[in-house]
Amino acid sequence: MAVEILMPALSPTMEEGKLAKWLKKEGDTVAAGDVIAEIETDKATMEVEAVDEGVLGRILVTEGTEEVKVNAPIAVLLEEGEDASAADKLGAASAAPAAAETPAVPAAPVAPAAPVESVVPADPEIPAGTKMVSRTVREALRDAMAEEMRRNENVFLMGEEVAQYQGAYKISQGLLDEFGERRVIDTPITEHGFTGLAVGAAMAGLNPIVEFMTFNFAMQAIDHIINSAAKTLYMSGGQMGAPVVFRGPNGAAARVGAQHSQDFAAWYASIPGLKVIQPYSATDAKGLLKAAIRDPNPVVFLENEILYGQHFDVPEVEDLVLPIGKARIVREGTDATMVSWGIGMTYALQAVDELAKQGVSVELIDLRTIRPLDMDTVLASVRKTGRLVTVEEAFPICSVSSEIAYQVQSEAFDWLDAPILRVTGKDVPMPYAANLEKLALPDAREVIDAVKAVTYTA
Amino acid sequence: MAGTQSKSSGGRAKSATKARGAMKNVPALAEFSKDEELNAYREMLFIRRFEEKAGQLYGMGLIGGFCHLYIGQEAVVVGMEMAKEKGDQMITSYRDHAHMLACGMDPKGVMAELTGRSGGLSKGKGGSMHMFSKEQEFYGGHGIVGAQVALGTGLAFANRYKENGKVSMAFFGDGAANQGQVYESFNMAKLWNLPVIYIIENNRYGMGTSVERASSTTDLSQRGASFGIPGVQVDGMDVRAVKAATDYAMEWCREGNGPYILEMITYRYRGHSMSDPAKYRSKDEVQKMRSEHDPIEQVRARLLEKEWSSEDDLKAIDKEVRAVVAASAEFAQNDPEPDPSELYTDIVL
Repeated sequence: MAVEILMPALSPTMEEGKLAKWLKKEGDTVAAGDVIAEIETDKATMEVEAVDEGVLGRILVTEGTEEVKVNAPIAVLLEEGEDASAADKLGAASAAPAAAETPAVPAAPVAPAAPVESVVPADPEIPAGTKMVSRTVREALRDAMAEEMRRNENVFLMGEEVAQYQGAYKISQGLLDEFGERRVIDTPITEHGFTGLAVGAAMAGLNPIVEFMTFNFAMQAIDHIINSAAKTLYMSGGQMGAPVVFRGPNGAAARVGAQHSQDFAAWYASIPGLKVIQPYSATDAKGLLKAAIRDPNPVVFLENEILYGQHFDVPEVEDLVLPIGKARIVREGTDATMVSWGIGMTYALQAVDELAKQGVSVELIDLRTIRPLDMDTVLASVRKTGRLVTVEEAFPICSVSSEIAYQVQSEAFDWLDAPILRVTGKDVPMPYAANLEKLALPDAREVIDAVKAVTYTA
Repeated sequence: MAGTQSKSSGGRAKSATKARGAMKNVPALAEFSKDEELNAYREMLFIRRFEEKAGQLYGMGLIGGFCHLYIGQEAVVVGMEMAKEKGDQMITSYRDHAHMLACGMDPKGVMAELTGRSGGLSKGKGGSMHMFSKEQEFYGGHGIVGAQVALGTGLAFANRYKENGKVSMAFFGDGAANQGQVYESFNMAKLWNLPVIYIIENNRYGMGTSVERASSTTDLSQRGASFGIPGVQVDGMDVRAVKAATDYAMEWCREGNGPYILEMITYRYRGHSMSDPAKYRSKDEVQKMRSEHDPIEQVRARLLEKEWSSEDDLKAIDKEVRAVVAASAEFAQNDPEPDPSELYTDIVL
């Protein structure tokens, strides 16, 4: 019987890929284990092996096709003796559209008010009329490192698989070729050791960028980040600091379970002596990483694997350096303030744009930097709207949201018209099962509900 | 290895430390000139008098928190300082006063840091365990056992990156030698052939636990064997043995051979810190070390025997040293505490 060969998922976060090349053609006999095609994901080029034996009856997706969804049929394999018509039958059946994806935000049952216009203010840091180009967060991070390494000979990158492998998540792609093995250094799997080594090198005048394959592994190294890097300037009475950038994916990816899914922003943000950045857009990823590399202090730069492949418009300017410690208003509004950062922004944006359709005008602030917190921007907005919702993926207890809520009640108590609400990840280790994982993370529905609660429009 | 044969120093260390493994491959004792002997004598005596004074001030409540004295171990840091070149770096643990004095940091600044005053080397914000000096290439002063080993490896990494020909000296104790990051550091140091000397100051006790009760193998000089890092045990009570071994290790590093381990067999006369009554060892054990192997007495005896110094000459040195220490203590007691505004400075640049 003819069987379909489906587009395989080749990483936890892969949703689509490019069918780069067919290594077999229609009519070829295929044995199990034969490499039949090459697939390019955003991370790597992978070979696809046949699982069954037979004859490649029909190629359904021609080579060079981009954005082929995971699980889409890419070819039909015929059993010995079957003819190509079997492939056509099967191909026709599977050509029917897949079930429509559930929209992330269900439409409102009744429109309670006239829609409001989404006001997207210009970024004050970007000159008007600047040409924008589409870049992924991944490319933005790579470009930031490459530009700073060209600019300063003392900047180097070290971490697991950053050089020859081109980065476990391809962030450092091409850097080894350009800068050589002196400045792009593959380390052994030894986070505690290489983090201490990097801090020592920084004390001696170098500017290391330490890539953690994920910040979950940085727990092995957190002693050096905190005790050796963050505290040295103070302990030395200002004589000696440790200008290191600690960067890598942080927080949940997809289906990788409890030990690989934690957001550490609140941990690092509680430490005097550190700066902590958690960007959402590619522009901020680039501009703030460049700023972090130039900063004379240790900087924890928290990325997100899900965001790596997302495209954003990035200004095409010679030297994009954005200020650390400055939040950005990404939607202007009047009814409530929403504060988010990092991947929390994806839920926040969905919710804010949906709420606008329902007539609720939300001012959305992307914090971008977690330490120092730009409370001036948050407080000014809360004094205008009288209401606040925070959105993040991290655990709720002792979270960044908790700190923001504390500071707002302390500084703007008289302006508040409703209790502050937070939307966070749930207070559980990240489960593996798809449905439970979804429940453990925030979603736009929860964010909308929170805004409705603080505006008493539920 | 050239110049690395077992010498008489081995016997000394062995008898001094009883259960230690046999000494091997130790470079010969350095022949000291009169000036070198006098220098070693003065430096070691200075450290001892300084530490005695620190202990005294601690007893008076003028120094707070933890205070780890170096008394008994003076030959290690002094011998190494004599072998080092300008620009070579030192980094050590919390037992760090001697290292700072040896590399030329201001004793007034050190003592005032111990008393938590504004004139302390860290403006009173670091304390006994946390002092640094870029000028003297001293990188702390670290309170987390073993952390300085990875950091010191990073100093060596910077030396190689800059190709400046300098060597990093990372000091740690027999207790720290069981920390995981020590071996992570060893691995990278050899993998990348970094110019670092790992100095294990084996004073026989990690706080109150003897080496034998803490370490599956007690010849700590061989702890680098599985990484291909050579090491030797050195009589750390004899400043000439320390100097000779360090000369050898320095050359090894500067020639691009990668790291080297020196296990200095030494002894601390005082407790782990001022609050340690040291009940885990007998008074006899301490007394025997003091009377038979004291690093300062050894030099003193040679100076007298060779008639390079008279009793009066040595008394004069003692007087000189005491005066410097007294001035430091005086300063450290009269210097004001840091201004309250210092609370919020030096956190970020």
